[in-house]
Amino acid sequence: MNASNPPSKISFVIGASSVGTLIEWYDFYIFGMLATILSKQFFPADAGTAALLSTLAIFAAGFIVRPFGALVFGRLGDLIGRKHTFLLTLVIMGGSTFAIGLVPGYATIGWMAPIVVLILRLLQGLALGGEYGGAATYVAEHAPAGQRGFWTSWIQTTATLGLFLALGVIILIRSSQGVDQFSAEWGGWRYPFWISILLVGVSVLIRMRMSESPMFSKLKSEGKTSTNPLKESFGHKANFKMVLLALFGAVMGQGVVWYTGQFYAQSFIETVCKIEFVQSRNIMLIAILMATPCFVLFGWLSDKVGRKWIMLTGMLLAVITYRPIYKEFIHITDASKRTQIVDYQLTTYLTAIPIIDAVDKTKLYIKKQEDTFYKDGSIFKYTKTDTLFLKDSLYAPRPLTLINPGMIQYQSSKPFVQIEKTLGNAAFWKMIWLVFIQIVYVTMVYGPIAAFLVEMFPTKIRYTSMSLPYHIGNGVFGGLVPFLGTLIVEFTKTSANPAGDVLAGLWYPIGVATVCLVIGAIYLSNKIDKNVID
Amino acid sequence: MNTIKKLLGYVWMLMSPAIILFLVYQAYTKIGAASEAAKANTILQWVIILLIFLPITIGFFIFGKYAAQNEYGHLPESSKEIMD
Repeated sequence: MNASNPPSKISFVIGASSVGTLIEWYDFYIFGMLATILSKQFFPADAGTAALLSTLAIFAAGFIVRPFGALVFGRLGDLIGRKHTFLLTLVIMGGSTFAIGLVPGYATIGWMAPIVVLILRLLQGLALGGEYGGAATYVAEHAPAGQRGFWTSWIQTTATLGLFLALGVIILIRSSQGVDQFSAEWGGWRYPFWISILLVGVSVLIRMRMSESPMFSKLKSEGKTSTNPLKESFGHKANFKMVLLALFGAVMGQGVVWYTGQFYAQSFIETVCKIEFVQSRNIMLIAILMATPCFVLFGWLSDKVGRKWIMLTGMLLAVITYRPIYKEFIHITDASKRTQIVDYQLTTYLTAIPIIDAVDKTKLYIKKQEDTFYKDGSIFKYTKTDTLFLKDSLYAPRPLTLINPGMIQYQSSKPFVQIEKTLGNAAFWKMIWLVFIQIVYVTMVYGPIAAFLVEMFPTKIRYTSMSLPYHIGNGVFGGLVPFLGTLIVEFTKTSANPAGDVLAGLWYPIGVATVCLVIGAIYLSNKIDKNVID
Repeated sequence: MNTIKKLLGYVWMLMSPAIILFLVYQAYTKIGAASEAAKANTILQWVIILLIFLPITIGFFIFGKYAAQNEYGHLPESSKEIMD
């Protein structure tokens, strides 16, 4: 089947499909990566309902709209064809991303800002729900028998390369502009959204030159396409049971391993390990770049030995090693585990003029930074904010030197401390290695999954049947990793241990991956379906 | 192997209501513990989570039921078996 397709044609199919999918992932990620700035610009916390809209934008786009998009566009793809459907999703995604970059902030247009951004974000989620199934189906239906894992694995690289591209563009613009200019209402944070329209334009032109999938064209010419893909996918027991098996025996575990390796890891090294902003992103970027070829490696290998055991081995390794890996993250970034250069500590007063509290005029904040240098080349910056309570109110700011001890009633015993760690070379590479290992697990579970899903379902309802479990597994089970991980850590907080067990959040991905591993090992078949034309 | 598949089917069926009860309990305690300012937002988060997980756990229950009925004893080897 499709053995007549010359390599150059398949390469064009892969390239055209992958570039579009990569851009869709890029568009989806930049919103998440710029969430802090976007919430300040569009969803100010003190604006009450705006915070609710923010929650809707974050939660609904991933958890509700993505599976809904899978149904809407999956159905369309099985009715009118793959090519036009995923062309449509690309235009919706690119258009909404570009439009987000044009919306004036809450400070300028008030309520309209969060409402318009919410609508555009929901459109992004909808488009993403329709894109992946189309691209994976399209490529798989062009690929020669026996090479489906290899060729579809190129599509699998796009989710990671999209993250890489988004991180790279943001870091580049942020470092060329500086934090203040980047975060301003019409600042550099908008550029990544505007760049999207160029990328989408090029991709649309390429995709328009593509022809329809040969298998779908054949079905269409024979008048055998589905008339009601939703009913045939989920109303027929024989197919519905395979949809459930795909979700609970493969995609659910794949989703949590993916989100833990790429998103939870980043959040953990930034918020728990306190690694400095640019360095934490460099760790992710280098690890992703190093591990990305493994998508193709495991896709290729799955053509030789089957999809099932590669994916399940990835899940098993994740279940066994997540806690040791994250424990090592903490160990590497622990100040007590390294030797300080004693006579080389800098203390800088960041606020020569202490800040008076906006409401309580007897409260003064003094911010100072202590840079601690270690023999391994690491520098840990501690920014401490001391609070002084004065005997009398102070209405005009005055330099620190003019505040004498007699004016102070007492000083807060607990300063507010912010830590920013820049690691030395050896520790930096150790962190990269640990993230790399997790992304290799991602490539094991994610590399073969497109071929696995395509082979599970008949051509006439393939787009619909594979899109829904994919987006529930990734959007819901995977997307909830950061939220549920944080929630589980909250459960472990006690008065004796106010920080809680920072590793407890891993029990969610470990638990889901374990159930999926058991189901997959017992119920899934390792047989490769050579004939996906039926 | 088919006996294990069937027996585990009952485990999945039992897990489904347990997951729902757990989530409802968590929603109840978390909403109760939220401050007045954060209450509406916390309610919204949990309503979304419950809404999305309810059909998924029902799906998990059906998966368990199919497994217990030995529907996965033989997996289809061609699309013809699925569509017939």
